[in-house]
Amino acid sequence: MSAAAEHPVPSSVKIAPPPAELEREPLVLNNRSIGWLSDHIAGICEGPAPKWWLPALMISSTALVMMLGCIGYLISTGVGVWGLNQPVEWAWDITNFVFWIGIGHAGTLISAILFLLRQKWRTSVNRAAEAMTLFAVACAGIFPVIHVGRIWYAVWWLPPIPNNYDIWVNFRSPLLWDVFAVSTYGTVSLLFWYTGLIPDLATMRDRATGKVKKFLYGFFALGWTGSNRHWSNYEKAYLLLAGLSTPLVLSVHSIVSFDFAVSQVPGWHTTIFPPYFVAGAVFSGFGMVLSLLIPLRTLCKLEDIITVRHVSLMCKVILATGSIVGYAYGMEFFIAWYGGNPYELAAFKNRAFGPYWWAYWSMISCNVICPHLFWFKKLRENMLFVFIVSIFVNIGMWFERFVIIVISLHRDYLPSSWGYFRPTWVDVCTFIGSFGLFVTLFLLFMRYLPMIAISEVKGVTPQADPHHPQGGAKQGGHH
Amino acid sequence: MNAYGLMAVFETPADAMHAAEQVRDAGYSKWDVHTPFPVHGLDAAMGISNSKVGWFTFIGGATGYTTGMIMIWWMNAFDYKIVIGGKPMFSPFYAFPVSYELTILFASFGSLIGMALLNRLPRLHHPLLKNRRFCQGASHDKFIVVIETADPKFNAEETRKLLASAGSKHIEMVED
Repeated sequence: MSAAAEHPVPSSVKIAPPPAELEREPLVLNNRSIGWLSDHIAGICEGPAPKWWLPALMISSTALVMMLGCIGYLISTGVGVWGLNQPVEWAWDITNFVFWIGIGHAGTLISAILFLLRQKWRTSVNRAAEAMTLFAVACAGIFPVIHVGRIWYAVWWLPPIPNNYDIWVNFRSPLLWDVFAVSTYGTVSLLFWYTGLIPDLATMRDRATGKVKKFLYGFFALGWTGSNRHWSNYEKAYLLLAGLSTPLVLSVHSIVSFDFAVSQVPGWHTTIFPPYFVAGAVFSGFGMVLSLLIPLRTLCKLEDIITVRHVSLMCKVILATGSIVGYAYGMEFFIAWYGGNPYELAAFKNRAFGPYWWAYWSMISCNVICPHLFWFKKLRENMLFVFIVSIFVNIGMWFERFVIIVISLHRDYLPSSWGYFRPTWVDVCTFIGSFGLFVTLFLLFMRYLPMIAISEVKGVTPQADPHHPQGGAKQGGHH
Repeated sequence: MNAYGLMAVFETPADAMHAAEQVRDAGYSKWDVHTPFPVHGLDAAMGISNSKVGWFTFIGGATGYTTGMIMIWWMNAFDYKIVIGGKPMFSPFYAFPVSYELTILFASFGSLIGMALLNRLPRLHHPLLKNRRFCQGASHDKFIVVIETADPKFNAEETRKLLASAGSKHIEMVED
């Protein structure tokens, strides 16, 4: 017996409705019914493809093919086709890797951390954000693999397989920790995303008309019937996956930052890196979520589900994490001076005023100045403005990784080992091509899978609440 | 004709929940409520106890951590010892990041596999999924109570009466 059933509220007791200012804005606008939600969201995959979809796919897959061509050229010729030369042996490759991994972090933050914090607004954006995570990790995974040069040896450097002298990989190296962190992150994100998809795949299966579609959706839906006994285990598994993804996502970018922080290079060897990288990752990831979802909410007519309030809340996350990033930039400089290490100070002076000053100040204007525009509600609720700022956030965060990696490397201790990195066309085309991969995967995802978690959005509507009049609760009745 | 169970369609989660309370109090054991999303309070209304998925997660996590620690010790400190930077052959500190990741990896697989095992999924066939009305409702916007004929208390007439009194507008027998 539930407690409410044992102590019914007598019908004579009138509970005053909360005052208007305490009423939260609804998460789904226009009081849409739960049936409308599945019709509308599944409709994106079921109807004919929107006019812009195929041209977009053609452009993105062309970029993808360009990347594959560049990778083929790189592998057949050698890493010299990139602009790498002493002393800069890590440049765009690792910049792109850290950039893409960071993008992924917003998806996990939305799906896991906001779930644990019971932020119900996450339901409208979590599916697309998690898909973004997976695709970003896929893009990220390419760069460390191809940057090693003779990639046919990578099998001995990545998984623990003994080489021809029977020597094992060195687990004292943060680079190996990174292999485990990133592959675990990719796998767990996939599991979490798939778990969330199961009930929606069942919805797609039940709606599918074609035989092939019905079989494929049905196969991956695992025979889901929406049984409440199943939901009980499902919700527990989902909660646990959220609980596991939270420490995971915090560890992944911390370990990525160890790649730098554990080394002795001035500009890299700082203890602030793990929290600073994680905040930056979330910052850039939310930028990418907004860059994707703002056009999509208009193109797919999702304004009732991804509301202005959702966008405004994400802008607030950008503001918060952007402030942390700005603080970290300041603190790095302070410690470079206060720490009394002349090499560290020289590295930081060089960062702001050296030959790469333009990269540093691009980073500062995009990452430190831009987010503070979101203090203003008017700007947070202007979709075009938010979209433009979200692009700047992405640019700024790419520059942050470039600044950290290239500027710290390009002047070694001896002036004889100073250099200036210039990218080649292969560098540029590989990076642009990685966007091709990302966008291609995302376009395919939004066309064939429900890009909004149907069952979760249904669950946060008043119609879904058995204690709400719209959910069928009788006025003054028990519950 | 072999019947699988009696299915009653409800329009709102509150109606389904009240029906579930009545079915529970009538002492049925092989029955279920099929909903398009998890309805809060329905577990209590059905009398379902806390899920046991957590045990699978815990076993997965413990396995992952131990695997990581033993693997690293065996590879770097036992099978082929190499001194690197004068550091100890094995230390739980340098082995921690990888073991931590493996803890999460194995625990996540544990959760998903635990969920699948406890729910007896995947299932390629289910009598309910052959019923058009069920498919158009349970994953869309209806709340469906199903009492199996295999339930020892099942009685075609009594059960139908119970579900009708709970307020269902549509009750039908589902074939096996």
